[in-house]
Amino acid sequence: MKVFLIMPSKIMARGIEGVFHDIGEFKVEGIVSDITSREETMLKNVSADAVIVDPVIFPLAARANGKHYIAEFTDAAVVAFPSIFLDEETERQYDAVIGLYDSPADVIHKLRNAVSTVKESPASDGNELSAREKDILICVAKGLINKEIADLFNISIHTVISHRRNITRKTGIKTVAGLTVYALLNNLIDASSVE
Amino acid sequence: MKNDIRIFSPEMKMADLIEINYRLLAVFSRFGLHLGFGETTVARMCNENGIDPEAFILICNIYSYAGYMPTEDALKAADPLCVMKYLRNSHSSYMEDGFKTLEQLIDKAIAPCAPGRKKIITDFFEDYRKEVEKHFEYEETVFFPYVGAVVGGTVSENYSAATFEENHSNIEEKLDDLKNIVMKYLPQGCDPVSANDALYALFALSEDLEKHTDIENHVLVPMVNRLENKKEA
Repeated sequence: MKVFLIMPSKIMARGIEGVFHDIGEFKVEGIVSDITSREETMLKNVSADAVIVDPVIFPLAARANGKHYIAEFTDAAVVAFPSIFLDEETERQYDAVIGLYDSPADVIHKLRNAVSTVKESPASDGNELSAREKDILICVAKGLINKEIADLFNISIHTVISHRRNITRKTGIKTVAGLTVYALLNNLIDASSVE
Repeated sequence: MKNDIRIFSPEMKMADLIEINYRLLAVFSRFGLHLGFGETTVARMCNENGIDPEAFILICNIYSYAGYMPTEDALKAADPLCVMKYLRNSHSSYMEDGFKTLEQLIDKAIAPCAPGRKKIITDFFEDYRKEVEKHFEYEETVFFPYVGAVVGGTVSENYSAATFEENHSNIEEKLDDLKNIVMKYLPQGCDPVSANDALYALFALSEDLEKHTDIENHVLVPMVNRLENKKEA
């Protein structure tokens, strides 16, 4: 799996490289020390599975939104490796947080979890509903609960919830009754299939 | 609303409040106060009409300033029964005026559409209206009588403001959905002028209901909490 590093400390970057070198599962694809428009473009074009960032690169006022900033340019898991203190709320936004004193095994374990969690969440691109999102919307409109939808499509409940979140983000509609109206008006279902 | 943010006071003229935020007209009506204020101040108007000026100002402030949170002192000074009366009158104004107007506008907007399409929207609206009616009914038959009892000095074992808060359902979500449906997904052939009017009405009603909920959660509930605690102490 490929990892992109954004950290100004060469020693920290070398430390991560060393851990990867010893264990072999991950590979460093690139290292940058800051994030400017040049690095943003790099980030968009490199197909990394994880990005490890030292949040010290963000100015204090922007630090709380650092994760979202990075996530705009990549679908990879975004993992913090802070050389400074991070408050809990900021930490929680990251897909994982590596500590300076973590053992190599811990580092790998955290990365693995972060990558698999993010992979499982369906990426939501564009403003229109995807084919899968429409399928799920139809089930919601027909009154199926998340568990039933998960079983039907053979996906996890977590994935169903992500899809539903994306549907609501795109349409602006939150309630089941509202989604049913959407499905009816857009001819995704016909009136006879609702209860 | 004008740029100069002035928190209202009882010495201000009624007409000046409207000048600052014309949406207060709806609030005034629910207090039974109608246009033709002349130079009358809030204090005098309230006095003449048996309205608690502290509660009146509190509600006008919440209504006009986003994120306004009343101080402890302001909550202590205002009369919970007056706040409750305002909320009760708001309920009837929503049911008899707000929702009726909205329904007419939506009906007019979708009048040219195919009957099947129309029914989808009118059914949703009708279900929502019933839900709101139930929501108000619960407040009027369970919570408000409880508030009355607490103000009158009775303590209840099996009900409290906390129970109310837990069961206080969200009625704004579906209205937001309706906003999105009208804004983005109205069927082909609908009347565009009425559709605009319906959307204006939807935005206004949704803002109004938001303030209504704020008054319940940030004024009436803390007032009742305080009385409950005083009784227990």
